[in-house]
Amino acid sequence: MPAAAAPAPAAPVLRLSLEQYRVIVAHCLDGLPDEACGMLTGPMVGGEPTGEVGGVHPCRNADASARNYTVEPRDLLRAMRTADAAGHEIVGVWHSHTHTAAYPSPTDVRQAVDPAWIYVLVSLRHGEPALRAYRIRDEVITELGVAVA
Amino acid sequence: MAATVILPTLLRAHADGASSVEAEGATVGEVFQGLIARYPGMAANLIGEDGELHRFVNVYRNDDDIRYLEQLGTPVSDGDEIAILPAVAGGAG
Repeated sequence: MPAAAAPAPAAPVLRLSLEQYRVIVAHCLDGLPDEACGMLTGPMVGGEPTGEVGGVHPCRNADASARNYTVEPRDLLRAMRTADAAGHEIVGVWHSHTHTAAYPSPTDVRQAVDPAWIYVLVSLRHGEPALRAYRIRDEVITELGVAVA
Repeated sequence: MAATVILPTLLRAHADGASSVEAEGATVGEVFQGLIARYPGMAANLIGEDGELHRFVNVYRNDDDIRYLEQLGTPVSDGDEIAILPAVAGGAG
């Protein structure tokens, strides 16, 4: 596994409320044995997420697979509309890895769609879910801080 | 016909940061041609080399995926909402 680059000075810290954290992890557990996914919405300043999260939106995995996910486009559209109504934007996406680490796979890196987004990985391979956040830009993975309060 | 086109964050930089824009056209393809004429930077993200919809993009007319309608030939009526969605995907592989 390649080492994550040290966080750039401007890298945001993902700030989740305890409730948001629980929604994400519960959705990942509910999705078993398949991977689960969802969207994060919040403010962007100058095209970059601030790390603040206004909403977490569980989505269906259109692939219904333990190895891949595709966010169901209708659910993505709903998240975009909700974000727009709040003056927010899509700031990231989360998905689970059921049997591997909370680290972007080569597939995740190759398919990373937006360099501004925060990519949240939830590993369920051990009893206790592990949640970590990254930025994926030009195929370079940068780990971001996560604060849950 | 004037439609509202909802842009994904990735395309907003090409449209001066707007989250949606108004565009004219009788079909989704025509609406996109109008968009590309105004914002040439969007071309590579919307239309593939084969002239069809880029495979990493999903487009909805109101609540329907145009792939299951008439693709870029899908008719547009006044007031329709055309949403451009990135294909968000990945996984452990």
